[in-house]
Amino acid sequence: MKPGRLMRLTGLVRKEWLQVMRDPSSLAIALALPLVLLFIFGYGVSLDAKNVPIAVVVEQPGSQSNAFAASFFNTPYFQPHMMRSVQEAEEALKRAEVQGIVWLRSNFDADYLSRTSPPIGVIVNGVDANTARLVEGYVQGIWFGWLDKQAELSGTRLKPPLQLEQRIWFNPEVRSTDYLVPGVVAVVMTLIGSLLTALVIAREWERGTMETLLVTRISVFELLAGKLIPYFVLGMAGFFISLAMARFLFMVPIRGSLLLLVAVSALFLLVALGMGLAISTVFRSQFVAALVALVVTFLPAFLLSGFIFDIRSMPLVIQGITRIIAARYYVSMLQTLFLVGNVGFILLINSLYLLGMATIFLGLTYLKTGKRLD
Amino acid sequence: MPHQPTAQTLAAAPDFPSTSVEENKAVIEARGLEKGFMQAQKQVHALAGLHLNVGPRQVTGLIGPDGAGKTTFMRLCAGLLRPDAGKLQVLGLDTVRQTLEVQARIGYMPQRFGLYEDLSVQENMDLFANLHGVAHDRRAERYQRLMEMSGMEPFGKRLAGKLSGGMKQKLGLMCTLVRSPKLLLLDEPTVGVDPVSRRELWQIVYRLVEEEGVSVLLSTAYLDEAERCAEVALIHQGTILGQGSPASFRVKMQGRTWKLHSGAISSRRLQMRMLRHASILDALVLGSSLRVVTRQGIALKPGDLSEIDDLTITPLPPRFEDFFLAALRDDEEVLTPPAPLEITQELEQNTAHPVVQRPFVSQMDASSDASPAAATAIIQADKLVRRFGSFIAVDQVSFRVDRGEIFGLLGANGAGKTTTFRMLCGLLPISSGSCTVAGVNLRHAASAARAKIGYMAQKFSLYGNLSIMHNLHFFSSAYGLRGKHRSERIQWALDSFALKPFAEVPSQTLPLGYKQRLALAVALMHGPKVLFLDEPTSGVDPLARREFWQHINQLAEQGVTVLITTHFMEEAEYCDRLVIMAEGRVLAEGTPADMKREYGGHGEASMEDAFIGLIKASESKEVPT
Repeated sequence: MKPGRLMRLTGLVRKEWLQVMRDPSSLAIALALPLVLLFIFGYGVSLDAKNVPIAVVVEQPGSQSNAFAASFFNTPYFQPHMMRSVQEAEEALKRAEVQGIVWLRSNFDADYLSRTSPPIGVIVNGVDANTARLVEGYVQGIWFGWLDKQAELSGTRLKPPLQLEQRIWFNPEVRSTDYLVPGVVAVVMTLIGSLLTALVIAREWERGTMETLLVTRISVFELLAGKLIPYFVLGMAGFFISLAMARFLFMVPIRGSLLLLVAVSALFLLVALGMGLAISTVFRSQFVAALVALVVTFLPAFLLSGFIFDIRSMPLVIQGITRIIAARYYVSMLQTLFLVGNVGFILLINSLYLLGMATIFLGLTYLKTGKRLD
Repeated sequence: MPHQPTAQTLAAAPDFPSTSVEENKAVIEARGLEKGFMQAQKQVHALAGLHLNVGPRQVTGLIGPDGAGKTTFMRLCAGLLRPDAGKLQVLGLDTVRQTLEVQARIGYMPQRFGLYEDLSVQENMDLFANLHGVAHDRRAERYQRLMEMSGMEPFGKRLAGKLSGGMKQKLGLMCTLVRSPKLLLLDEPTVGVDPVSRRELWQIVYRLVEEEGVSVLLSTAYLDEAERCAEVALIHQGTILGQGSPASFRVKMQGRTWKLHSGAISSRRLQMRMLRHASILDALVLGSSLRVVTRQGIALKPGDLSEIDDLTITPLPPRFEDFFLAALRDDEEVLTPPAPLEITQELEQNTAHPVVQRPFVSQMDASSDASPAAATAIIQADKLVRRFGSFIAVDQVSFRVDRGEIFGLLGANGAGKTTTFRMLCGLLPISSGSCTVAGVNLRHAASAARAKIGYMAQKFSLYGNLSIMHNLHFFSSAYGLRGKHRSERIQWALDSFALKPFAEVPSQTLPLGYKQRLALAVALMHGPKVLFLDEPTSGVDPLARREFWQHINQLAEQGVTVLITTHFMEEAEYCDRLVIMAEGRVLAEGTPADMKREYGGHGEASMEDAFIGLIKASESKEVPT
């Protein structure tokens, strides 16, 4: 180690730390942001459809039609509203009071009893395609369930030649929270990491302190390390908050090793901090740097990391672009470590990608930060 | 390159013991230094073949206006920039190849010293001690000494952001000095600092030279600071115009500076006539008399300039600034006098006793009851208060300004000048107190008052990427001028301020002096009766500043009332009357001569002496309470 390096580094880190402690904005980014984002995504955003309001139109109540309609009340997925006419239901659909209509015609009972299969009309609001598909599926599920029960009652149980035995691995309850929360952790880490450092070098330029620093004996390495160390600590604090919330508030299981989880997160934090530093070094203005950080790190992490939108269903060009989004590799590792376990191959490949990216961003910053003003 | 000491450099440091030839080597040697930048898609030559030797163990002043190349040269010396051409050695080291070695030996304080405002005084010093590698066991002693030198001891725990401008500057210097450097580079350390702190900063610098043998290169735009340096290098447009002791500059100007006083015409009338005179290089209004510099080889004796009635001529000691002017103007064939400014037809009609009447009213008593026209107050401020939250920016400020006066608001940065101004212009609501401008009460009819005033803001507020013509078009329509009247006013602006040749040039590429003319033209588009000028001359070179004041004098002659803020002490002398402000309060009101007599101790005292005397007096008054 060069003489005096430790002293200079301690000085810089101490200064940065004092600034963080006195400036609530850094603390807010590191500690409050994960809380807010995880609350919003953990509770507010759910891809499961529950309590979906639907209209059940029974034109002429009869024993069969009433029994069928009643089955909609016994499920947590629907919140049925009984209606007399389909016109009334259509109006409700237009006013978005219900998401779908299940329509039992007046001849339902008669046809059912006469064994000429009676039609059920199902109208679904397709504006929200995701919910529409779920409603469609659930209605079908109820229909088959009811048929099954009817057959049992009448003793003529249907015996299909093939029986589908469905198992869902890693998330048997298909709780969207379980795979959303690890994704949100990735988004949070991207945001904390890049935003924290995007501001700090630009701030030195804006306040004129950079010129003063450059004439001292600090080297570029010390300058950057002096920035990285405190914000790494702060970023990891944010990570542990997110982790605790995921585990104890949202009850997401951690099936892989906790140590590995911390390790890959630390690696990803380095990438995010590196992106922030690179942005800050290039733009030298806090306002521009913050905007750029949001657009080039947060938005892609949100849209292109595969945390909400499946990468395989994207057009090929976009799929190619996702390869340069660091959050994609982190999301994949987080989902593996939280829900599956230690899958060596996945962790290794993704970690290598992240390592490469950290090197590129930090290297770029190193080269771009000169000890001169021109 | 062996250094050949010139007669000038030897004469420069007579107070210091002679040392061996080895030790007398120049600490900075610049040979043919060039540095350019791209600015607004234009190549700007900040330094154009600069030669300079800076001697050891003395204060060398690098003096020149903004944009002369001072900061660029300082940054080159600190190894922060790379020269385009030429050679630069600092302490015998090459600044390009041995940057770190240079930086280990020098202390550099940039113009805007980057203090960490959210750290305390002590924490800032600890940081820089760490960065400069000062051993822990030697810190206590050094801190003690710095605190004692700067008088900052009671403020160790205070956050740097909560210090006054002068104290911040001192803290910046202390942080630079956490270890004793061989060479200290100070880039405009005194700009905008109050005169008391300015004196203290100079004291610290002197002590460093005397007690630690530090060599200091200090840049400044204040020409009057030249006298405080052992040696001075005058920089203009990237080259050195001259180098030597301040005395050597003055000697060159011996026998060319005079005081003129006419009992018959006002000093401003006299100035206008003198500036057109073939043998006069420069003429400045100083109260009731005129300070003139004659062209090379021309001496004045009683009886000269007989075309002026009742004229007395007395020789004056030359000043450093005279040399600067002479260096720039001696080559000019004939001085171009400013074009006569005609304000508006409307104003002339309103002027019952136009220009001809005023010369017989002497400047000194213009504000007294001698002239009934002048006695009507055009601006009356009464116990003005402006609060920002719990902070009182302007505290019970009262003064009156009479018609046709040039009235100054003098004070350091942060004294409340600009806030007072904004209230007077109706740009900022008044917290309490009352204020009338041109007979309109600002509390009730701010917009009516605004139509009668012209305002030139600190940073000129021009549209940089619009041409002069477009700026004039825009502002004239913003003031509600239309049709024929509007085109006449635009023509007037182009003619009066000689802007025609540049009419189509984007205003951001203009030299500062032209920008200033354009800003003044814009403020005068609607023919206002009152003109507000907020620090109009800061950063402008002395030539442009003089031209600007000539315009102002002409306006005053035509009955326009001018209110001006400034932190240049010498500019206060150009005002008829002024108030001195500090910490939001008016400390004194009166003519410059009154102020100097009353607070400076004697009639020949400078405005700065008066200012410091006044501050001291007001501080001692506060102690008992």
